[in-house]
Amino acid sequence: MAFSLQQGPFFVKSMLFRWLDSDVGHSFRTSPTAILAAVIAAICLFCAVFAPWVAPHNPFDLTTLELSNARLPPAWSEGGNTSFFLGTDDQGRDILSALMYGARISLAVGMASVILSVFVGVAFGLLAGFLGGWIDAVLMRLCDVMLSFPAILVALLIAGVGRALFPNAHESLAFGVLIISISLTGWVQYARTVRGSTLVERHKEYVQAARVTGVAPLRIMRKHVLPNVMGPVLVLATIQVATAIITEATLSFLGVGAPPTSPSLGTLIRVGNDYLFSGEWWITIFPGLMLVLIALSVNLLGDWLRDALNPRLR
Amino acid sequence: MSEVKTKALVRATDLAKTFDVSAPWLNRVLEGQPKMLLRAVDGVSFEIEKGKTLALVGESGCGKSTVARLLVGLYEPTRGGFEFDGEDAHAAFKTPEGRKLRRRIQMIFQDPYASLNPRWTVEDIIAEPLREHEILSDEAAVKERVGELLKSVGLSPLDMVKFPHQFSGGQRQRISIARALATHPEFLVCDEPTSALDVSVQAQVLNIMKDLQRQQGLTYLFISHNLAVVRHVSDQVGVMYLGRLVELADKHTLFDTPRHPYTRMLLDAIPKMHDTGKARTPVSGEVPNPLNPPSGCAFHPRCPHANARCSSERPQIQAIAGVKVACHAVEEGRI
Amino acid sequence: MSLLQVKNLVVEFPGRRGTLRALDDVSFEIAPGEILGVVGESGAGKSLTGASIIGLLEPPGRVASGQILLEGERIDGLPYEQMRKIRGRKIGAIFQDPLTSLNPLYSVGRQLIETITTHLPVTPAEARQRAIQLLKDTGIPAAEQRIDHYPHQFSGGMRQRVVIALALAAEPKLIVADEPTTALDVSIQAQIITLLKTICKERGAAVMLITHDMGVIAETCDRVAVMYAGRVAEIGPVHEVINHPAHPYTAGLMACIPDMTQDRENLHQIDGAMPRLNAIPQGCAFNPRCERVFDKCGQARPDLMHAGATQAACWLHDNKVAA
Repeated sequence: MAFSLQQGPFFVKSMLFRWLDSDVGHSFRTSPTAILAAVIAAICLFCAVFAPWVAPHNPFDLTTLELSNARLPPAWSEGGNTSFFLGTDDQGRDILSALMYGARISLAVGMASVILSVFVGVAFGLLAGFLGGWIDAVLMRLCDVMLSFPAILVALLIAGVGRALFPNAHESLAFGVLIISISLTGWVQYARTVRGSTLVERHKEYVQAARVTGVAPLRIMRKHVLPNVMGPVLVLATIQVATAIITEATLSFLGVGAPPTSPSLGTLIRVGNDYLFSGEWWITIFPGLMLVLIALSVNLLGDWLRDALNPRLR
Repeated sequence: MSEVKTKALVRATDLAKTFDVSAPWLNRVLEGQPKMLLRAVDGVSFEIEKGKTLALVGESGCGKSTVARLLVGLYEPTRGGFEFDGEDAHAAFKTPEGRKLRRRIQMIFQDPYASLNPRWTVEDIIAEPLREHEILSDEAAVKERVGELLKSVGLSPLDMVKFPHQFSGGQRQRISIARALATHPEFLVCDEPTSALDVSVQAQVLNIMKDLQRQQGLTYLFISHNLAVVRHVSDQVGVMYLGRLVELADKHTLFDTPRHPYTRMLLDAIPKMHDTGKARTPVSGEVPNPLNPPSGCAFHPRCPHANARCSSERPQIQAIAGVKVACHAVEEGRI
Repeated sequence: MSLLQVKNLVVEFPGRRGTLRALDDVSFEIAPGEILGVVGESGAGKSLTGASIIGLLEPPGRVASGQILLEGERIDGLPYEQMRKIRGRKIGAIFQDPLTSLNPLYSVGRQLIETITTHLPVTPAEARQRAIQLLKDTGIPAAEQRIDHYPHQFSGGMRQRVVIALALAAEPKLIVADEPTTALDVSIQAQIITLLKTICKERGAAVMLITHDMGVIAETCDRVAVMYAGRVAEIGPVHEVINHPAHPYTAGLMACIPDMTQDRENLHQIDGAMPRLNAIPQGCAFNPRCERVFDKCGQARPDLMHAGATQAACWLHDNKVAA
């Protein structure tokens, strides 16, 4: 199979080729956990992405809501209605549809913050590892400082500051602040991992050969070192998506995350919490279960990926 | 050696490289540790004529790999320098024109598994110097050149789409050679190119290197710890110990009549396949810590001929009977 | 009676693309006190042979058939606990890398004493005396002080001496040494192989010396087995194999090695490469590369047969009688 490495993000393509290589593919095919986790994650992803088309109702379209449908229990219990399969909340919104829309927000925020963290972390790690000296020292001290703050507190701080600065902010700004606050502590582990791998790769002879040829350092970093250090990063990123989603849920639960007009799973949990003790358990439990399901399947996938890649990709 | 200045392609003069291996600054201040300097190379001078091979031999810690890296511009010397084709190489490396120099000097490394980027195809690996120096403009010409280079090292041009892990150690080393030859260099620095290879593969690679040298008039600096291989490939041999050159002679002279006690010890220590019944001079001691080299002559603690002068005064390399030796005992005619 | 007998050993690695035969019908013997060299290139299976004998074959590799007998008793396929008792007491091991062979957290003396007391019925005080004597025998100066030093306080050559002492601590009958001098400098290498030879002869321990360096074999061993693609190509007294090789592979190998005494324009080379385990040719494994190949070579696999003073697995020596 001949393919040109000059086109496109070649390292992504070659990584993909490596993954579809029989060893890893075989490991996937023989691991029931991995397959199950992948299926569940795929379903959640599908529902989230295609929510407007898949969900039975649009719970955030005020014109379709009827207060008479409020607080209906799930379809299989007494008083339930099959068109609201998992029941409704206090305003008549269908829980199942709210789950899908909420998952959408959660996944989008989770993935966006991970992508941002990866970008910043890998760049810093590469620079620190390759250039060394004072750049390395400064960046690593920055990492140490970032790690000494608890992630939630940092997120709360940024979110609070954001709200104070832009009180009438448009929704997208609120999301932007949310994504930044989650990614702010996440980048550190990528930076450290990449720095470690870069320090190893830097002394390898193919890098020295490039230097002898006269290739510029930045180019060496980008074309030679980067493709070889991305392995552990991708494993970390997969697991981190779950963490990011939970962090976002926590923030939304605390009220500083997603705005109530486009609630994420965390917001739904918070809203439903108030009704827990009056017996309407479905309003908070189902969003909670959905969150657990997404986080668990992504975590399991990440675990499998780490084991599958580890002994073979050295 | 005669003092007539033959136009040597490579002339190294008093090359020296010191590494600072001290503990981090904070540790040093808090624990009162001194600065630690590693004199990897301490004043090495030699010349290589065009089309010839100089081999540098020595055991671990002698600095031969550092010399190799100094000659390709991977390190900056702390003292001394080398001239390539008459001009100061390290000064040239710093200028934009220095890039032209990089086309003429190339390197082959020891580890066939680490010297090729595992994520690149063979074509990209070999073509990198061509693309970097913009030697050939269009892709078709580059492909053709890569195919030619693969053929010249005994591989097939069809191999260029494969990845390094699909090749054996010997084949990877050939790919490294092909990459080094891409820019038509004149001088190749080879750092233990066959040490990691099996004997039969080593024979193949050494034969290719010799053939290429004959065909293209290449000049080699060949680093090795294997004296038998060195005997096969070199014209001149330099023996290094703890960063210093202790003997420099042409091949036959060195192997037939070694002068320096360390050279004699090395030659004696090689396990021989034939005539194994011969008695050998006992070998004593180990290579000292390069961070803390002995005073005077670095070899004196292990030398059977050492005297008081040897432990206090560092011997200078001198021409004695057509051979360059750094030894008081040889100079004084004691051995 | 032989100390070690390996009979028709087959080691396989089951994988999802089929089973790879890493060792295919390997047989040899080691007499008590003898030094047998096992030489071959990468992939020939010499380290695997050593690992199978010590019982340290990494899964999924396993002994598929054949027998390994130590002093007449089978040791292949023994349960872990029993094998553990044999290791150390009857078989000692020396590996290539002295850095990783010793536990960096314990002093050298502690590791020696632990080995001695595990296998021999002596008091700790006696064990300590033995340990000091062992260190002295292996040429470590100031043994009484150095016994309490840690591995990192020794240099590479000294560490390998400690490893040899450790291997000999429980007075084993057989030592399996896997590339013991490859990681060492030439001058140290000479010291270590001399040490190995004298100390083993003194204590009557047999040695199975695995290496790729023919020079080391020539200096140290009594007999040598040449391995190729998981099989034994030739076996015999060292000087016969080196000077009058009967198998074309051995002859080619000897010719490839650059010689200190002559100058040659080009080295003799054997074209091609050792076949991969999943692509071993039909018949004799060496036949595609052999200069003296004929019809029978590609059809039937030769067993070891008498060829002058050695035994070689080669059809050229069919019908010859032992010298």
